[in-house]
Amino acid sequence: MNVPTMAEMMAQGKQPEILFWVGSAGSYDDRAKKITKAFVKVLHKANVDFAVLGTEESSTGDAAKRVGNEFLFQMQAMTNIEVLNAYGVTKIVTCDPHSFNTLKNEYPGLGGTYQVYHHTQYIQHLVNEGRLTITGSLDKRVTFHDPCYLGRANDEYESPRDLIRRIGAQLTEMKRSKNKALCCGAGGAQMFKEPEKGTMDINILRTKDALETKPNIIATGCPYCNTMMTDGIKFHEKEAEIEVKDIAELIAEAEQL
Amino acid sequence: MQYIPNILFVITLVAGIGFFTLNIRKVIRNIKLGKDINRSDHSSKRWKNMARIALGQSKMVTRPVSGVLHLIVYVGFIIINVEVLEIIFDGIFGTHRVFKPILGEGIYGFLIGTFEILAFLVFVAVIIFWLRRNAIRIKRFLSKEMKGWPKSDGNLILYFEMVLMTLFIVMNATDISFQEASVGNPISQFVAPWFSSLEPETIHLIERSAWWIHITGILVFLNYLYYSKHLHILLAFPNTFYANLNPKGQLSNVASVTKEVQMMMDPNIDPYATPEGGEEEEVPEKFGASDVMDLNRVQLLNAYTCTECGRCTSACPANLTGKELSPRAIMMKTRDRLEEVGKNIDQNGVFKDDGKQLLNDYITPEELWACTSCNACVEECPINIDPLSIIMEMRRFLVMEQSAAPQELNMMMTNVENNGAMWQYSPMDRLNWKDED
Repeated sequence: MNVPTMAEMMAQGKQPEILFWVGSAGSYDDRAKKITKAFVKVLHKANVDFAVLGTEESSTGDAAKRVGNEFLFQMQAMTNIEVLNAYGVTKIVTCDPHSFNTLKNEYPGLGGTYQVYHHTQYIQHLVNEGRLTITGSLDKRVTFHDPCYLGRANDEYESPRDLIRRIGAQLTEMKRSKNKALCCGAGGAQMFKEPEKGTMDINILRTKDALETKPNIIATGCPYCNTMMTDGIKFHEKEAEIEVKDIAELIAEAEQL
Repeated sequence: MQYIPNILFVITLVAGIGFFTLNIRKVIRNIKLGKDINRSDHSSKRWKNMARIALGQSKMVTRPVSGVLHLIVYVGFIIINVEVLEIIFDGIFGTHRVFKPILGEGIYGFLIGTFEILAFLVFVAVIIFWLRRNAIRIKRFLSKEMKGWPKSDGNLILYFEMVLMTLFIVMNATDISFQEASVGNPISQFVAPWFSSLEPETIHLIERSAWWIHITGILVFLNYLYYSKHLHILLAFPNTFYANLNPKGQLSNVASVTKEVQMMMDPNIDPYATPEGGEEEEVPEKFGASDVMDLNRVQLLNAYTCTECGRCTSACPANLTGKELSPRAIMMKTRDRLEEVGKNIDQNGVFKDDGKQLLNDYITPEELWACTSCNACVEECPINIDPLSIIMEMRRFLVMEQSAAPQELNMMMTNVENNGAMWQYSPMDRLNWKDED
């Protein structure tokens, strides 16, 4: 895949339009890497002049901050901000709502102010600007699971839904959706530890919500939600019938990218 | 001699309001034990929030049944209190229905008539509230933090309201001249016949008793607030005013950490520098919160404002899946500890170490680690209480002061420190995905 880095761009004396912040999950996690690649395909289709930091990118520090390790968070943040500012980055897009939230809300106070987009917002923006035309369609029943860090944390509920409608899929809502959506169970660094003792795992409860809508696809916009929902579907033994997909993947699929 | 009732009334009124003021000053003192936090920005937005959320009840009605019932009790409560103004005038000056000649029979009748209808609606709503708490067995009223006093507290408030509304109607029903005029008695006219067989003197005695018990009851209820979850009727207003205006996902950056990290990253700094002569070495600030004094004033105000409705807990993913965490309990425990610290200060003049703190003695690490930081509790709260901020502040203490994170999280943090990712992958492999298929 043709994915230029900021360093390569700089060597050629070029400044890309936007930086794609891949995030740790998107860089290393096998499932999330597919989302990353689908999004890159969409960027290529729209002829977006973008670059990544590549090996110069490091964890935003979101998980460390939510664990309570403010030192580690701010060290990560300041290192990243130094890199971002050195490259003169002004616009950032990311497929990870946690990176999105941290870059958008928590970096400005530490000297890093950028225009930050979640990839669903950015794709919607590309469509609205006429740079990306969606011609394909996906005749599937899709329910959207709101990632907490996109939805409640940053009040973005419409962009992903708008895209689902644009590809002609049938959007069905869970009983708990938008600002009342139930968490997948991964946030606040839960992703990296076993849950406390209880009666059920959170992702099992959340996939139950999704299954009630009888979907073909559970769509989401977060690599961690994706993992949790995929595990939940397996628990309910529905992995043969139902797929968990990111919005970027749905667009790429509809457009046969 | 003829002024005895007036004097008695004034004494009751002054005592009632005086004792309440004393307790409210205690609440304010306790809240001020918290750290100062600047929430004076965007004042027009804050006023709007207060008008919309506290005055306008906009978040209450997201759950229609309890929302509408609450609206009735709330509107009734505020409007019927206009009547209290007349009672106070009458009590002080020995008059009877002093507003009647001032406003004229038409307007006065309309007002009292409205109050009567509201009183009746409040009575009905309160009965339904009681049924919801005690008969219908709604889950959020049965959680383990709702056993004992919190349960009785909730019911007592409802009994208070039932009795006060009944007294108001009885007071009007036994006011013979008021009933004879038959203006403004849409409810009490149906109650009046129950007393018609009695002697006029007896009816008058009942009217006077109802009047006295009504106003005394209101004063007792006013003073009950401080001991109860019911403080929200007052504190909801400052609470919505001072609530966080930033995106919910934005967690504050700790300023003292910023200073240290900047120093660590500054290549020009002399690591062996000693503080300049004469300068006292600063006591390093404690990171995070292990007790109520480490929390900020808005968080402590939140604790006093919480009316334990449990909407937060009923939306909490951890609680819904049987974990120990309940955001409502976080608020209740914070208030309990704050009250304990307050009593300690009352006894000793200043706070004397009692060997207890909010962490462990009230809130356990197990509760704190169960949180997904999903903000469902913050979203749900009808008056913008923020339990999540307290959880995060306490995690900061556990991690930065005690290195007491669960083992898996320590491993995750070590990875972030060593290789800039939560998993043990080499930073050099970050871009490998672009060449894989």
